[in-house]
Amino acid sequence: MKFKTFAAFVGPSIFLMLVFIAWPLANVLWQSFHVTSVKFEQSEVEVCTPGFLTSTCTVEVRMQPILDSYGDPVTETKFVGWQSYRNVLEPARFLAGLQDLSWEQVMVIDFWKALRFTLTFTLITLPLVIGVGLLIALAVNNAIQSLRGQIIFVSLLPFIITPVIGALSIRWLFVGDGILTAFLEWLLKADIAMLANPWTLELLMMFYRVWHVAPFAFIILYAGLQTVNHDTLESAVIDGASRFERLRFVTIPHLMPLIIFIALIHLMDSYRVFEEIVGFSSQAHVISLQWLTYDLLTPDDAGNRAISRASASAMLTMIGIVVILIPLLGKTWRDHKGVS
Amino acid sequence: MRAVPRAMRQSPQLRAISAIFLVSWCVIAAFPIFWIAVMSFKSPIDAFASNPLHVIFGPATRAAGQGLSILDIIVGLGVLWGFIHFAMRDLPRYARQWAPFGNLLLYWLAAALVFAVIFIAVFFGLLPPLLRIANGLSGPIGSPIIGFTVEHYQSIWIDSSFYRNFINSMMVTAGVVVISLTVGTLAGYGIARSGSHLAFWLLIIALIFRALPHAVLVAGYLPVFINSAELLRPILGDLSPTFYGKPVAVIAVMVAINQPFTIWMLRSFFQNIPRDLDEAARVDGCTHFQAFRWVIMPVMWPGVITAGLFSFLLAYNDFLVASLLLDAQNQTMVPAIAGFFNRETTTTDQVRAVAAAVSITAPLFLLIMVFQRQIVSGLTAGAVKG
Repeated sequence: MKFKTFAAFVGPSIFLMLVFIAWPLANVLWQSFHVTSVKFEQSEVEVCTPGFLTSTCTVEVRMQPILDSYGDPVTETKFVGWQSYRNVLEPARFLAGLQDLSWEQVMVIDFWKALRFTLTFTLITLPLVIGVGLLIALAVNNAIQSLRGQIIFVSLLPFIITPVIGALSIRWLFVGDGILTAFLEWLLKADIAMLANPWTLELLMMFYRVWHVAPFAFIILYAGLQTVNHDTLESAVIDGASRFERLRFVTIPHLMPLIIFIALIHLMDSYRVFEEIVGFSSQAHVISLQWLTYDLLTPDDAGNRAISRASASAMLTMIGIVVILIPLLGKTWRDHKGVS
Repeated sequence: MRAVPRAMRQSPQLRAISAIFLVSWCVIAAFPIFWIAVMSFKSPIDAFASNPLHVIFGPATRAAGQGLSILDIIVGLGVLWGFIHFAMRDLPRYARQWAPFGNLLLYWLAAALVFAVIFIAVFFGLLPPLLRIANGLSGPIGSPIIGFTVEHYQSIWIDSSFYRNFINSMMVTAGVVVISLTVGTLAGYGIARSGSHLAFWLLIIALIFRALPHAVLVAGYLPVFINSAELLRPILGDLSPTFYGKPVAVIAVMVAINQPFTIWMLRSFFQNIPRDLDEAARVDGCTHFQAFRWVIMPVMWPGVITAGLFSFLLAYNDFLVASLLLDAQNQTMVPAIAGFFNRETTTTDQVRAVAAAVSITAPLFLLIMVFQRQIVSGLTAGAVKG
């Protein structure tokens, strides 16, 4: 294929990605160093209060936004250096917290709180997703042929459901005296409020994520199980390998590339955990990095959006993505070198 | 299927454990979704009752005079079965007979639409009044046994005008699917057939873009979209639009977010189509584009449908982009639902939110029923073939 035809085929897609992905990224970088604010001017206003005979008038100096010819406030954009990053990271309070060795003091700061949750969430759900997915795949592989279609259908439900609604559907089981709260209270003979404790909320969110992603791992691993070499398995039997040893030394090594693939996809996706926070309305107790950016982007009570701080928090979030991707990119690069 | 050697056969205990595990997984997988579907048909007291039997049979709902009799259940299931039977057996034939312009995709869409309208008209319009009369005449089997009410659906769809959110959602999803497939198939084909260094780097960059949190991208758009009228004024004059709040803006952003994934998936499908096919067409005098359009695309439909399904899911399930780029009056369905449950003033609001959630989930349920095989093949396409 000549370069010209290649460019004609790929062109529209590259154009879209440049305009709608690369350019906003550059924009975010620029915004994180600049603050846009409404320009104010001092103006003297005569304020009169009605009184007896004559109203009393005073002249006050007020700050008022400058309006342009369309009636919109005039804004100015200033370079602020690392200020927005400092506002997000709050290094002074963070260091003070470290010096006092006080975990609580650090966890008061939104960014570090979000980082802590995002990392624990990612690292705890990762092995669970792969483990549960593998178990389902093995069990389905054992099941009667005619039932497999139905089992796959049911398993796809949690995977395909809208994430916010999936989280909500689990939350509604626990709301107030919902059936599962009632059941747990009966089981543990204790008063339980799953949605009011930070740690039970985190537990529910992790449960939701495993419930949501395990089907994806299952489908991929199940497809992989169909290609396990039967001769190798049979020779393992002849060599006296037990069932567990066959799984450990034949099946799992065969599935290893798939497991790595699932792990990478899961790392990328759970690092941007967001829908759980919305679904479980956990923002008062638990927040994640992407939710932090989202929250800064939504208008506050006065209708202002903290664009610059949101950009800074977005840039900081991206550092994590780069760390996750480096091993993957290195490996892909080596493979590519090896092939060509 | 080869016979399993005796040494590899499993002990009964192992088989039992694996069966129990599988059954419990299926229960866990389906239960929350099944349960919200049950809740949505009950009065608030029943829906959030702590006794599961109350939720299922709904005594409070029944006491309020809304329930299903045995007759209702039998007739309802019968009609439902009839419709499903018709959809599976006769609909394809009729669709082909009445095809508008002989266009495959178009007549399927038309058939599905007509079918949906007739189904809704019969099931929700015609059946309830008929059954009310029949119940009055038929004595004991006509008296209600299960509490059942559709009032939450009515108040969501009609009083809270959820249909507007539905139309918005459909506009956004249709736009995203059509544009990302058009652009994505071209790029996927180009990359699959090129094998140059540039193609490799494109794939890597697409992979990096796929990993980006969506909030990062939206942070880049938001100020520009809000001020777009002002920014474009020098070029377009007073016609310059404000993109904030327009579904078009959401479509553009979602297409871009979706592009890396679409390229990867379509590339792996194109790689499965032998190169000989292109070369034969080229020998017969086709240009690259003609070969792509008239030789490759006809065999590519399964792959395109699969990629379309995943684009549909991404756009339909999105919360973040739409909630930031559209204003509250003009939302798509998923962010709109957040408005229902965030009020949390009464349990009635909550049950309404449940009904809205079920309304959003129902099309996805149908989607798996129809396209299960394509979804599975889409999931394994990226992974197994590497």
